[in-house]
Amino acid sequence: MSRFKDSAHLIPVAALFVLGAVAFVALRAAVIPKSFGRYGPYRGDALQEITSRPLVYAGHEACEGCHPDVLEMKAKGVHAHVNCESCHGPLAKHADDPASVIPVKPDVATLCVRCHSENIAKPSGFPQVDAKEHAQGQLCNTCHQPHSPGFDTGGKK
Amino acid sequence: MTLTRRQILLLLPAAAAAWDFVLAGTPEDAPNYKMTDHWWGMLLDIAKCIGCGSCVRACSMENEVPDGYFRTWVERYHVDDWHIENPTVDSPDGGKEGFPANGKTGGKNFFVPKLCNHCTDSPCTQVCPVGATFHTADGVVLIDYNYCLGCRYCIQACPYGCRFFHPTRHTAEKCTLCYHRISKGLTTACCEACPTGARQLADLKNPNDPIHAFLKTHTVQVLKPHLATGAKMFYNGLDGSVR
Amino acid sequence: MEGFMYPNEVELQWSVLIVLYPFLTGLVAGAFILASLERVFRVEAVKPTYRLALLTALAFLIVAPLPLQLHLGHPERSLEMYLTPHRASAMAMFGFVYLWYLMAVLLLEIWLDYRRDIVLLAQSSTGLKRVMYRALTLGSANISAGALRVDDRAGWIITLIGIPSAFMLHGYVGFIFGSVKANPWWSTPLMPVVFLFSAMVSGIALVLLMYMVTSAIRRRAIDMNCLDTIAKYLFYTFVIDFSLEMLDLIHRIYEADESFRSLDFMVHSRLFLSQIVLQIFVGTLTPLTLLALTQLVQFAEQVRKRIYAAAAILTMIGIFAMRWNVVIGGQLFSKSFLGYTTYKMGFVTKEGMLPAIVLLILPFAILYLLIKILPPWQEETAAMIEADGID
Repeated sequence: MSRFKDSAHLIPVAALFVLGAVAFVALRAAVIPKSFGRYGPYRGDALQEITSRPLVYAGHEACEGCHPDVLEMKAKGVHAHVNCESCHGPLAKHADDPASVIPVKPDVATLCVRCHSENIAKPSGFPQVDAKEHAQGQLCNTCHQPHSPGFDTGGKK
Repeated sequence: MTLTRRQILLLLPAAAAAWDFVLAGTPEDAPNYKMTDHWWGMLLDIAKCIGCGSCVRACSMENEVPDGYFRTWVERYHVDDWHIENPTVDSPDGGKEGFPANGKTGGKNFFVPKLCNHCTDSPCTQVCPVGATFHTADGVVLIDYNYCLGCRYCIQACPYGCRFFHPTRHTAEKCTLCYHRISKGLTTACCEACPTGARQLADLKNPNDPIHAFLKTHTVQVLKPHLATGAKMFYNGLDGSVR
Repeated sequence: MEGFMYPNEVELQWSVLIVLYPFLTGLVAGAFILASLERVFRVEAVKPTYRLALLTALAFLIVAPLPLQLHLGHPERSLEMYLTPHRASAMAMFGFVYLWYLMAVLLLEIWLDYRRDIVLLAQSSTGLKRVMYRALTLGSANISAGALRVDDRAGWIITLIGIPSAFMLHGYVGFIFGSVKANPWWSTPLMPVVFLFSAMVSGIALVLLMYMVTSAIRRRAIDMNCLDTIAKYLFYTFVIDFSLEMLDLIHRIYEADESFRSLDFMVHSRLFLSQIVLQIFVGTLTPLTLLALTQLVQFAEQVRKRIYAAAAILTMIGIFAMRWNVVIGGQLFSKSFLGYTTYKMGFVTKEGMLPAIVLLILPFAILYLLIKILPPWQEETAAMIEADGID
């Protein structure tokens, strides 16, 4: 009996540990987000938060619905696979509300040279020119139709 | 006016197509998307990249990427003769406004677009202490911005340098493979904007996806294969000098 | 920025606060292991530093999470590490190792060793102090010989468990770095071992210094047998630590893998001061030489004291430099192995030099408080009780 008495002071310590463990379990049940673990070791609601971001680029199919004439012209030339927003910038707002949101036409002086100014790192088969020499001070769309720029596909203006 | 069954059957596809366009601009989640039907990757064709930076600009606009940080970027390589261990590489502002002439002549020169590789065995998700970055069932690595502590262990663990610390949100940040777009049947912003088709989104679970034929007929690599990350961004014609 | 770096790499992610963290936890592990030398391995000579080493460990353990909290982008979410720990993450598991070590090892061991003094002080003191000491007794006033034997036995068991726990405490920090395959400066199986031994070195050096400083303040004679023994353990541990680091270095130079040229250049340029000068020459070779001298030559007591103090101070500088070189060094080079960046440390910023200095001083302030509440020395405790006046 006296041996137990001499160890009795360890009981409050053990009790504190048990209490701590219980409090921890209770805290977890209360505070862990409910959707955690729904799909995996992460908060399931995060997926919905991510997928509900607004679109900024509409995607070329959205444009083609209303602009079939441009699509037809593009399909004949070398820019057939250049998507609309690649040059025209993001247009989801315009696709949502075509009447009130009018897109700004791209700035020809900077747009075309970004792809077509010659650079040793560009693939050799890719059409590239020394812009100053080639354009002689004129804007690219003076001679080239942007939607179908090649002269042999009816692109000359 | 009552519709006959035949009329409804004819109208439904048109209505569905129209509905897709309506959804294009609305911030809703994707009700018809089943994660387990897809396994996302991307094809990056070095032979086609012209370093125009359209992808970098498109991504930063689609995803509100802060200035000076990059979810995707383009690198320009110059390799002198046989010195593939010593390329000269640059990426001015991530290639966002294209690449000014660098005066290099001779040697081998090309562009390499880079982004998160959405690794199957990603070291970044392995080290996250709280499950704030994770794999989805369709193979995309995402970040939960409302759960991330901002400890930056994942940024240290990524071998490709594709993660950064968002300066105002104070969480980790990286390419999401435009999850909000691909879950609605659209392609990523970078692939949409690429004028030469150097970047193409691929659904590896779709037997009709052109990537399967492409992988069979071309020499394809991933970045840093010795680290066995299970990267899913496949590069056609990747040179040995690429880091 | 020099050469080429991936665009997102130019900014460093882990600052001087993350250098501080392994330094502080290292001191904890080292001080504790020195204390356990007496308890478990019956090295009687170091007994005069037993309680001081434990209190030192506690003071530094309390401060250790603070640099992390300052560093986090969302410190208010840090509880998530305990609520939804990702089991594959070394950082998450470390949270539990820390908690275990604090609660089940350090606090318990200190309580068991001090219980008799706590009960006596609870009986003798008045007012707020009495409330505090009575709370610390956890309700029991039994300090009979039998009860104290139970305490001794329990303390022995806890210290026994505590040694591998201390190894885990700092080995884990090493693993947090060593397991990052993306970073060749960090990724090596040697990292946990190097961290642990350098932790022991820094902890032993700290206790040595604290013993000398507190003895001077208390105007008490230093037990030279104790001091000589501590210095001996410091020397042996340092030899092992140095050998491990040299092994890593020689291995790197010999194998010369793809990262070697870049890392080599980094060490000789950006890390020259912190690695070659501070860590290797000032912080390792010099104290090792000094300590070796004392083992080989018989010096007078005064001379030995001065050599030990100098060696201990240089050691602590060297180990801090080692943490700096690992953490900061690991972020100065590009993972493309083609470029380098610089670390811009602010002064009065959240992760700048000033918070780092404050966090280095804070443990000593806490230690001062702990010493006041739980005096490590019998004379001070007896004096406190006498001053209170036992009824």
